[in-house]
Amino acid sequence: MSEELLKVLKAAGLDVLSCMHCGTCTGSCPSGRHTGLNTRRIIRDARKNRATVLSDDALWLCTTCYTCQERCPRGIPITDALLELRRLAVRKGFMLPEHRRVSEMVLECGHAVPLDEETKKKREELGLDPIPETVQKYQEALEGLKILLKTCKFDELVAEK
Amino acid sequence: MAKLSLFLGCIVPNRYPGIEKATKLCLQKLEVDASDLPGASCCPAPGVFKSFDKATWLALASRNIALSEKMERDVLTVCNGCYGSLADANIELKKDPEMKACTNTCLKEIGMEFKGTAEVRHIIEFLYREFGPEKLKGCITTPLDLKVALHYGCHLIKPSKDRNLGETEAPVFFDELVEATGAKSVDYTDKMMCCGAGGGVRSGHAAESLEMLEHKLACIRNAGVDCIVNACPFCHLQFDKGQLAVNEKFGTDYSIPVLHYSQLLGLALGFSPDELGIEQNAVQNIEFLAKIYEISAGLR
Repeated sequence: MSEELLKVLKAAGLDVLSCMHCGTCTGSCPSGRHTGLNTRRIIRDARKNRATVLSDDALWLCTTCYTCQERCPRGIPITDALLELRRLAVRKGFMLPEHRRVSEMVLECGHAVPLDEETKKKREELGLDPIPETVQKYQEALEGLKILLKTCKFDELVAEK
Repeated sequence: MAKLSLFLGCIVPNRYPGIEKATKLCLQKLEVDASDLPGASCCPAPGVFKSFDKATWLALASRNIALSEKMERDVLTVCNGCYGSLADANIELKKDPEMKACTNTCLKEIGMEFKGTAEVRHIIEFLYREFGPEKLKGCITTPLDLKVALHYGCHLIKPSKDRNLGETEAPVFFDELVEATGAKSVDYTDKMMCCGAGGGVRSGHAAESLEMLEHKLACIRNAGVDCIVNACPFCHLQFDKGQLAVNEKFGTDYSIPVLHYSQLLGLALGFSPDELGIEQNAVQNIEFLAKIYEISAGLR
Protein backbone atom coordinates (compact mmCIF):
# COMPACT_ATOMS: atom_id res chain seq x y z
CA MET A 1 0.00 0.00 0.00
CA SER A 2 1.26 3.46 -0.82
CA GLU A 3 2.22 5.57 2.16
CA GLU A 4 1.50 8.76 0.24
CA LEU A 5 -1.15 10.37 2.43
CA LEU A 6 0.78 9.94 5.66
CA LYS A 7 3.99 11.07 3.98
CA VAL A 8 2.39 14.26 2.73
CA LEU A 9 0.88 14.99 6.13
CA LYS A 10 4.14 14.22 7.91
CA ALA A 11 6.13 16.42 5.53
CA ALA A 12 3.78 19.27 6.42
CA GLY A 13 4.42 18.63 10.12
CA LEU A 14 0.91 17.27 10.64
CA ASP A 15 0.80 14.18 12.85
CA VAL A 16 -2.55 12.41 12.82
CA LEU A 17 -1.29 9.09 14.19
CA SER A 18 -2.03 9.97 17.80
CA CYS A 19 -5.79 10.03 17.10
CA MET A 20 -7.63 7.81 19.60
CA HIS A 21 -10.96 7.97 17.77
CA CYS A 22 -12.81 9.70 20.57
CA GLY A 23 -15.06 11.46 18.05
CA THR A 24 -14.83 14.91 19.62
CA CYS A 25 -14.11 16.31 16.15
CA THR A 26 -17.22 14.80 14.58
CA GLY A 27 -19.35 15.71 17.59
CA SER A 28 -18.17 19.33 17.40
CA CYS A 29 -18.55 19.75 13.67
CA PRO A 30 -21.21 22.31 12.63
CA SER A 31 -21.21 20.90 9.12
CA GLY A 32 -21.42 17.26 10.23
CA ARG A 33 -24.69 18.04 12.04
CA HIS A 34 -26.29 18.83 8.71
CA THR A 35 -24.17 17.10 6.08
CA GLY A 36 -22.35 13.87 5.34
CA LEU A 37 -19.05 15.17 6.73
CA ASN A 38 -17.55 12.79 9.29
CA THR A 39 -14.25 14.33 10.35
CA ARG A 40 -13.11 11.36 12.41
CA ARG A 41 -13.56 9.09 9.40
CA ILE A 42 -11.48 11.38 7.20
CA ILE A 43 -8.65 11.30 9.74
CA ARG A 44 -9.00 7.53 10.07
CA ASP A 45 -8.87 7.05 6.30
CA ALA A 46 -5.81 9.29 6.07
CA ARG A 47 -4.10 7.23 8.79
CA LYS A 48 -4.84 4.11 6.81
CA ASN A 49 -3.56 5.70 3.59
CA ARG A 50 -6.89 5.20 1.88
CA ALA A 51 -6.61 7.22 -1.32
CA THR A 52 -10.42 7.23 -1.64
CA VAL A 53 -10.46 10.03 0.93
CA LEU A 54 -9.13 12.34 -1.79
CA SER A 55 -12.02 11.72 -4.17
CA ASP A 56 -14.61 11.84 -1.37
CA ASP A 57 -16.82 14.90 -1.77
CA ALA A 58 -17.10 15.11 2.05
CA LEU A 59 -13.61 16.64 2.09
CA TRP A 60 -15.22 19.79 0.65
CA LEU A 61 -18.03 20.02 3.22
CA CYS A 62 -15.70 21.37 5.92
CA THR A 63 -16.18 25.10 6.51
CA THR A 64 -12.68 25.30 8.10
CA CYS A 65 -14.19 26.65 11.33
CA TYR A 66 -11.36 25.03 13.34
CA THR A 67 -13.68 23.87 16.16
CA CYS A 68 -12.44 20.25 15.85
CA GLN A 69 -8.83 21.39 15.93
CA GLU A 70 -9.43 23.58 18.99
CA ARG A 71 -11.21 20.77 20.88
CA CYS A 72 -9.07 17.76 19.93
CA PRO A 73 -7.87 16.26 23.24
CA ARG A 74 -4.75 14.98 21.51
CA GLY A 75 -3.96 18.37 20.01
CA ILE A 76 -4.06 17.10 16.44
CA PRO A 77 -4.16 19.94 13.90
CA ILE A 78 -7.22 18.40 12.27
CA THR A 79 -8.33 21.33 10.10
CA ASP A 80 -4.78 21.94 8.90
CA ALA A 81 -4.50 18.24 8.01
CA LEU A 82 -7.79 18.40 6.14
CA LEU A 83 -6.52 21.41 4.16
CA GLU A 84 -3.37 19.45 3.30
CA LEU A 85 -5.54 16.56 2.06
CA ARG A 86 -7.55 19.00 -0.06
CA ARG A 87 -4.37 20.31 -1.67
CA LEU A 88 -3.31 16.77 -2.48
CA ALA A 89 -6.78 16.08 -3.91
CA VAL A 90 -6.51 19.17 -6.15
CA ARG A 91 -3.08 18.02 -7.41
CA LYS A 92 -4.76 14.73 -8.35
CA GLY A 93 -7.41 16.66 -10.28
CA PHE A 94 -10.28 16.47 -7.78
CA MET A 95 -11.89 19.88 -7.77
CA LEU A 96 -15.49 21.05 -7.80
CA PRO A 97 -16.52 22.98 -10.94
CA GLU A 98 -17.66 25.90 -8.75
CA HIS A 99 -14.18 26.09 -7.24
CA ARG A 100 -12.58 26.08 -10.69
CA ARG A 101 -14.83 29.04 -11.50
CA VAL A 102 -13.71 30.96 -8.38
CA SER A 103 -10.09 30.26 -9.37
CA GLU A 104 -10.72 31.53 -12.88
CA MET A 105 -12.12 34.75 -11.43
CA VAL A 106 -8.88 35.40 -9.59
CA LEU A 107 -6.85 34.48 -12.68
CA GLU A 108 -8.91 36.93 -14.76
CA CYS A 109 -9.39 39.90 -12.47
CA GLY A 110 -7.53 39.34 -9.20
CA HIS A 111 -10.68 38.91 -7.13
CA ALA A 112 -12.70 35.83 -6.18
CA VAL A 113 -15.75 38.11 -6.17
CA PRO A 114 -15.30 40.77 -8.87
CA LEU A 115 -16.96 44.14 -9.07
CA ASP A 116 -20.35 44.28 -10.83
CA GLU A 117 -22.51 47.09 -12.21
CA GLU A 118 -24.98 46.98 -9.31
CA THR A 119 -22.20 47.51 -6.76
CA LYS A 120 -20.67 50.33 -8.82
CA LYS A 121 -24.00 52.14 -8.45
CA LYS A 122 -24.12 51.42 -4.73
CA ARG A 123 -20.58 52.81 -4.38
CA GLU A 124 -21.59 56.01 -6.15
CA GLU A 125 -24.67 56.38 -3.93
CA LEU A 126 -22.31 56.30 -0.95
CA GLY A 127 -20.01 58.90 -2.47
CA LEU A 128 -17.26 56.33 -3.04
CA ASP A 129 -15.26 56.03 -6.27
CA PRO A 130 -17.18 53.48 -8.39
CA ILE A 131 -13.91 51.56 -8.90
CA PRO A 132 -12.25 50.66 -5.58
CA GLU A 133 -8.55 51.16 -4.84
CA THR A 134 -7.75 47.53 -5.61
CA VAL A 135 -6.04 45.68 -8.43
CA GLN A 136 -9.21 46.31 -10.46
CA LYS A 137 -8.21 49.96 -10.79
CA TYR A 138 -4.55 49.52 -11.71
CA GLN A 139 -3.83 47.65 -14.94
CA GLU A 140 -0.12 47.37 -14.16
CA ALA A 141 -0.84 45.80 -10.77
CA LEU A 142 -3.24 43.35 -12.38
CA GLU A 143 -0.64 42.35 -14.99
CA GLY A 144 1.88 41.78 -12.17
CA LEU A 145 -0.60 39.64 -10.31
CA LYS A 146 -1.21 37.55 -13.42
CA ILE A 147 2.53 36.98 -13.81
CA LEU A 148 2.70 35.93 -10.16
CA LEU A 149 -0.13 33.42 -10.63
CA LYS A 150 1.58 32.05 -13.73
CA THR A 151 4.87 31.75 -11.86
CA CYS A 152 3.03 29.58 -9.33
CA LYS A 153 1.53 27.58 -12.24
CA PHE A 154 -1.87 28.15 -10.69
CA ASP A 155 -3.50 28.29 -14.12
CA GLU A 156 -2.22 24.81 -14.94
CA LEU A 157 -3.26 23.44 -11.54
CA VAL A 158 -6.89 24.51 -11.83
CA ALA A 159 -7.32 23.87 -15.56
CA GLU A 160 -9.79 21.10 -16.38
CA LYS A 161 -7.81 17.88 -16.81
CA MET B 1 -0.44 53.58 17.45
CA ALA B 2 0.92 52.09 14.25
CA LYS B 3 -0.05 53.56 10.91
CA LEU B 4 -2.39 51.33 8.91
CA SER B 5 -3.41 50.56 5.36
CA LEU B 6 -7.00 49.47 4.82
CA PHE B 7 -7.11 46.11 3.05
CA LEU B 8 -10.51 45.79 1.35
CA GLY B 9 -10.48 42.24 -0.01
CA CYS B 10 -13.28 41.26 -2.41
CA ILE B 11 -16.71 41.29 -0.80
CA VAL B 12 -16.44 44.68 0.90
CA PRO B 13 -15.60 46.81 -2.16
CA ASN B 14 -17.36 44.59 -4.70
CA ARG B 15 -20.62 43.66 -2.88
CA TYR B 16 -21.01 45.59 0.40
CA PRO B 17 -19.38 48.99 -0.10
CA GLY B 18 -21.37 50.26 2.89
CA ILE B 19 -18.89 48.40 5.09
CA GLU B 20 -15.99 50.19 3.33
CA LYS B 21 -17.65 53.56 3.83
CA ALA B 22 -18.59 52.83 7.45
CA THR B 23 -15.05 51.67 8.25
CA LYS B 24 -13.50 54.79 6.72
CA LEU B 25 -15.92 57.09 8.57
CA CYS B 26 -15.28 55.36 11.90
CA LEU B 27 -11.50 55.38 11.52
CA GLN B 28 -11.55 59.07 10.59
CA LYS B 29 -13.72 59.93 13.55
CA LEU B 30 -11.48 57.93 15.89
CA GLU B 31 -8.42 59.68 14.36
CA VAL B 32 -6.80 56.43 13.25
CA ASP B 33 -4.23 56.93 10.48
CA ALA B 34 -5.44 54.43 7.86
CA SER B 35 -4.68 54.94 4.17
CA ASP B 36 -5.92 53.05 1.11
CA LEU B 37 -3.87 50.09 -0.13
CA PRO B 38 -3.79 50.66 -3.91
CA GLY B 39 -3.37 47.58 -6.09
CA ALA B 40 -4.33 45.00 -3.45
CA SER B 41 -6.03 41.83 -4.70
CA CYS B 42 -8.06 38.99 -3.20
CA CYS B 43 -6.36 38.07 0.10
CA PRO B 44 -6.68 35.18 -1.32
CA ALA B 45 -9.76 33.59 0.24
CA PRO B 46 -8.38 31.04 2.72
CA GLY B 47 -11.09 28.39 2.45
CA VAL B 48 -10.58 27.97 -1.24
CA PHE B 49 -7.08 29.09 -2.27
CA LYS B 50 -5.40 27.70 0.83
CA SER B 51 -7.30 24.50 0.03
CA PHE B 52 -5.96 24.44 -3.53
CA ASP B 53 -2.29 25.36 -3.45
CA LYS B 54 -0.08 26.58 -0.66
CA ALA B 55 2.51 28.30 -2.88
CA THR B 56 -0.19 30.35 -4.65
CA TRP B 57 -1.89 31.20 -1.37
CA LEU B 58 1.40 32.44 0.12
CA ALA B 59 2.42 34.31 -3.05
CA LEU B 60 -0.81 36.32 -3.27
CA ALA B 61 -1.03 36.95 0.47
CA SER B 62 2.62 38.05 0.68
CA ARG B 63 2.16 40.36 -2.30
CA ASN B 64 -0.66 42.13 -0.46
CA ILE B 65 1.39 42.38 2.73
CA ALA B 66 4.44 43.58 0.76
CA LEU B 67 2.36 46.43 -0.71
CA SER B 68 1.68 47.60 2.84
CA GLU B 69 5.31 47.06 3.92
CA LYS B 70 6.37 49.43 1.15
CA MET B 71 4.09 52.09 2.63
CA GLU B 72 5.53 51.35 6.09
CA ARG B 73 2.08 50.56 7.37
CA ASP B 74 0.47 47.59 9.11
CA VAL B 75 -2.38 45.90 7.26
CA LEU B 76 -5.88 46.46 8.63
CA THR B 77 -8.56 43.97 7.59
CA VAL B 78 -12.30 44.18 8.19
CA CYS B 79 -12.93 40.54 7.26
CA ASN B 80 -12.29 37.32 9.18
CA GLY B 81 -11.35 35.56 5.93
CA CYS B 82 -8.83 38.20 4.88
CA TYR B 83 -7.49 38.27 8.45
CA GLY B 84 -7.18 34.48 8.55
CA SER B 85 -5.42 34.42 5.21
CA LEU B 86 -3.06 37.38 5.65
CA ALA B 87 -2.26 36.94 9.36
CA ASP B 88 -1.60 33.20 8.99
CA ALA B 89 0.55 33.71 5.88
CA ASN B 90 2.45 36.50 7.65
CA ILE B 91 3.17 34.24 10.63
CA GLU B 92 4.16 31.24 8.48
CA LEU B 93 6.52 33.30 6.34
CA LYS B 94 8.10 35.04 9.31
CA LYS B 95 8.86 31.81 11.14
CA ASP B 96 9.95 29.70 8.16
CA PRO B 97 12.97 31.20 6.32
CA GLU B 98 12.88 28.48 3.66
CA MET B 99 9.25 29.16 2.82
CA LYS B 100 9.93 32.90 2.84
CA ALA B 101 12.82 32.48 0.40
CA CYS B 102 10.68 30.31 -1.84
CA THR B 103 7.83 32.84 -1.82
CA ASN B 104 10.24 35.69 -2.49
CA THR B 105 11.55 33.84 -5.56
CA CYS B 106 8.01 34.13 -6.97
CA LEU B 107 7.60 37.76 -5.88
CA LYS B 108 10.93 38.69 -7.48
CA GLU B 109 9.35 37.96 -10.87
CA ILE B 110 7.28 41.11 -10.38
CA GLY B 111 9.96 43.10 -8.60
CA MET B 112 8.53 42.68 -5.13
CA GLU B 113 9.78 41.31 -1.83
CA PHE B 114 8.16 40.15 1.38
CA LYS B 115 10.34 41.43 4.22
CA GLY B 116 8.26 40.54 7.27
CA THR B 117 8.14 44.08 8.66
CA ALA B 118 4.37 44.58 8.85
CA GLU B 119 1.71 43.25 11.19
CA VAL B 120 -1.73 42.13 10.09
CA ARG B 121 -4.60 43.46 12.18
CA HIS B 122 -8.34 42.87 12.30
CA ILE B 123 -10.50 45.88 13.10
CA ILE B 124 -12.11 44.13 16.09
CA GLU B 125 -8.85 43.11 17.79
CA PHE B 126 -7.38 46.48 16.79
CA LEU B 127 -10.19 48.43 18.45
CA TYR B 128 -10.12 46.13 21.46
CA ARG B 129 -6.37 46.36 21.98
CA GLU B 130 -5.69 49.95 20.92
CA PHE B 131 -8.85 51.59 22.28
CA GLY B 132 -10.62 49.13 24.54
CA PRO B 133 -14.33 49.20 25.40
CA GLU B 134 -14.08 52.02 27.95
CA LYS B 135 -12.23 54.47 25.71
CA LEU B 136 -14.53 53.60 22.83
CA LYS B 137 -17.54 54.23 25.05
CA GLY B 138 -16.19 57.72 25.64
CA CYS B 139 -16.31 58.42 21.88
CA ILE B 140 -19.98 57.42 21.49
CA THR B 141 -22.38 60.26 20.74
CA THR B 142 -25.50 58.23 19.95
CA PRO B 143 -25.99 55.33 22.37
CA LEU B 144 -27.83 52.53 20.61
CA ASP B 145 -30.92 51.08 22.23
CA LEU B 146 -30.65 47.80 20.31
CA LYS B 147 -30.63 44.10 21.13
CA VAL B 148 -27.94 42.39 19.10
CA ALA B 149 -27.13 38.78 18.17
CA LEU B 150 -23.37 38.90 17.87
CA HIS B 151 -21.65 36.50 15.48
CA TYR B 152 -17.88 36.34 16.08
CA GLY B 153 -17.23 34.17 13.04
CA CYS B 154 -14.46 31.60 12.99
CA HIS B 155 -11.18 33.03 11.77
CA LEU B 156 -11.16 36.09 13.99
CA ILE B 157 -10.39 33.82 16.95
CA LYS B 158 -9.28 30.52 15.44
CA PRO B 159 -6.80 28.87 15.14
CA SER B 160 -6.25 30.26 18.64
CA LYS B 161 -2.56 29.32 18.85
CA ASP B 162 -1.65 32.34 16.74
CA ARG B 163 -4.40 34.78 17.68
CA ASN B 164 -3.68 35.47 21.35
CA LEU B 165 -7.27 36.56 21.87
CA GLY B 166 -8.06 34.14 24.66
CA GLU B 167 -10.24 31.08 24.64
CA THR B 168 -12.61 30.27 21.81
CA GLU B 169 -15.61 28.60 23.46
CA ALA B 170 -17.11 31.69 25.10
CA PRO B 171 -15.05 34.79 24.30
CA VAL B 172 -16.28 38.19 25.52
CA PHE B 173 -14.01 40.84 23.99
CA PHE B 174 -16.20 41.45 20.94
CA ASP B 175 -19.36 41.53 23.10
CA GLU B 176 -17.69 44.27 25.14
CA LEU B 177 -17.10 46.33 21.99
CA VAL B 178 -20.75 45.86 20.98
CA GLU B 179 -21.94 46.94 24.41
CA ALA B 180 -19.66 49.99 24.29
CA THR B 181 -22.09 51.35 21.65
CA GLY B 182 -24.96 51.10 24.14
CA ALA B 183 -26.39 47.98 22.47
CA LYS B 184 -27.08 44.79 24.40
CA SER B 185 -25.35 41.63 23.19
CA VAL B 186 -27.94 38.89 23.73
CA ASP B 187 -26.84 35.31 24.34
CA TYR B 188 -28.29 32.69 22.02
CA THR B 189 -27.99 28.96 21.28
CA ASP B 190 -24.97 28.01 19.16
CA LYS B 191 -23.65 31.57 19.21
CA MET B 192 -20.13 30.39 18.40
CA MET B 193 -21.26 28.18 15.53
CA CYS B 194 -19.99 28.88 12.02
CA CYS B 195 -22.37 30.66 9.60
CA GLY B 196 -21.85 27.82 7.11
CA ALA B 197 -20.20 29.85 4.35
CA GLY B 198 -16.48 29.20 4.81
CA GLY B 199 -14.10 26.63 3.39
CA GLY B 200 -15.59 26.87 -0.08
CA VAL B 201 -18.86 25.34 1.19
CA ARG B 202 -21.06 28.27 0.17
CA SER B 203 -19.71 28.17 -3.38
CA GLY B 204 -19.27 24.40 -3.70
CA HIS B 205 -22.17 23.04 -1.65
CA ALA B 206 -24.84 25.73 -1.55
CA ALA B 207 -27.66 23.53 -0.23
CA GLU B 208 -25.66 22.27 2.74
CA SER B 209 -24.38 25.76 3.46
CA LEU B 210 -27.98 27.03 3.69
CA GLU B 211 -28.93 24.19 6.06
CA MET B 212 -26.29 25.39 8.50
CA LEU B 213 -27.40 28.97 8.06
CA GLU B 214 -31.05 28.09 8.67
CA HIS B 215 -30.13 26.51 12.00
CA LYS B 216 -28.20 29.60 13.00
CA LEU B 217 -31.04 31.93 11.95
CA ALA B 218 -33.59 29.88 13.93
CA CYS B 219 -31.43 30.23 17.05
CA ILE B 220 -31.06 33.97 16.49
CA ARG B 221 -34.77 34.51 15.92
CA ASN B 222 -35.54 32.68 19.17
CA ALA B 223 -33.34 35.18 21.00
CA GLY B 224 -35.62 38.05 19.91
CA VAL B 225 -33.04 40.56 18.67
CA ASP B 226 -33.14 43.70 16.53
CA CYS B 227 -30.24 42.66 14.33
CA ILE B 228 -27.23 40.44 13.73
CA VAL B 229 -23.77 42.00 14.08
CA ASN B 230 -20.70 40.43 12.49
CA ALA B 231 -17.06 41.26 11.78
CA CYS B 232 -16.75 39.52 8.45
CA PRO B 233 -18.26 40.48 5.09
CA PHE B 234 -18.42 36.82 4.04
CA CYS B 235 -20.52 35.98 7.13
CA HIS B 236 -22.39 39.22 6.38
CA LEU B 237 -23.18 38.07 2.84
CA GLN B 238 -24.21 34.64 4.11
CA PHE B 239 -26.54 36.14 6.73
CA ASP B 240 -27.94 38.83 4.42
CA LYS B 241 -28.25 37.37 0.93
CA GLY B 242 -28.32 33.85 2.32
CA GLN B 243 -31.36 34.74 4.41
CA LEU B 244 -33.41 35.31 1.26
CA ALA B 245 -32.17 32.00 -0.17
CA VAL B 246 -33.10 30.24 3.09
CA ASN B 247 -36.61 31.72 2.90
CA GLU B 248 -36.97 30.43 -0.62
CA LYS B 249 -35.60 26.98 0.15
CA PHE B 250 -37.34 26.36 3.49
CA GLY B 251 -40.48 28.49 3.12
CA THR B 252 -39.44 30.58 6.13
CA ASP B 253 -39.97 34.31 6.59
CA TYR B 254 -36.75 35.52 8.19
CA SER B 255 -36.20 39.23 8.01
CA ILE B 256 -33.33 39.83 10.42
CA PRO B 257 -31.22 42.92 9.61
CA VAL B 258 -27.46 42.35 9.34
CA LEU B 259 -24.80 44.89 10.30
CA HIS B 260 -21.03 44.76 10.17
CA TYR B 261 -19.52 46.10 13.40
CA SER B 262 -18.22 49.16 11.50
CA GLN B 263 -21.82 50.00 10.65
CA LEU B 264 -23.01 49.53 14.23
CA LEU B 265 -20.15 51.66 15.53
CA GLY B 266 -20.84 54.21 12.79
CA LEU B 267 -24.41 54.64 14.05
CA ALA B 268 -23.14 55.10 17.59
CA LEU B 269 -20.61 57.68 16.37
CA GLY B 270 -23.46 59.72 14.94
CA PHE B 271 -23.49 58.75 11.27
CA SER B 272 -26.84 58.13 9.60
CA PRO B 273 -27.97 54.73 8.27
CA ASP B 274 -27.78 55.90 4.64
CA GLU B 275 -24.21 57.17 5.05
CA LEU B 276 -23.29 53.70 6.30
CA GLY B 277 -24.98 51.79 3.47
CA ILE B 278 -27.26 49.87 5.82
CA GLU B 279 -30.18 50.26 3.43
CA GLN B 280 -28.22 48.59 0.64
CA ASN B 281 -28.55 45.18 2.28
CA ALA B 282 -30.64 42.45 0.66
CA VAL B 283 -32.77 42.10 3.81
CA GLN B 284 -35.12 45.08 3.91
CA ASN B 285 -36.67 45.39 7.35
CA ILE B 286 -38.65 48.62 7.45
CA GLU B 287 -39.30 48.45 11.20
CA PHE B 288 -35.60 48.22 11.93
CA LEU B 289 -34.75 51.06 9.54
CA ALA B 290 -37.38 53.23 11.19
CA LYS B 291 -35.93 52.40 14.58
CA ILE B 292 -32.34 53.28 13.67
CA TYR B 293 -33.43 56.49 11.92
CA GLU B 294 -35.25 57.44 15.10
CA ILE B 295 -32.17 56.61 17.17
CA SER B 296 -29.86 58.60 14.91
CA ALA B 297 -32.28 61.54 14.90
CA GLY B 298 -32.26 61.47 18.72
CA LEU B 299 -35.94 60.53 18.92
CA ARG B 300 -35.37 57.42 21.06
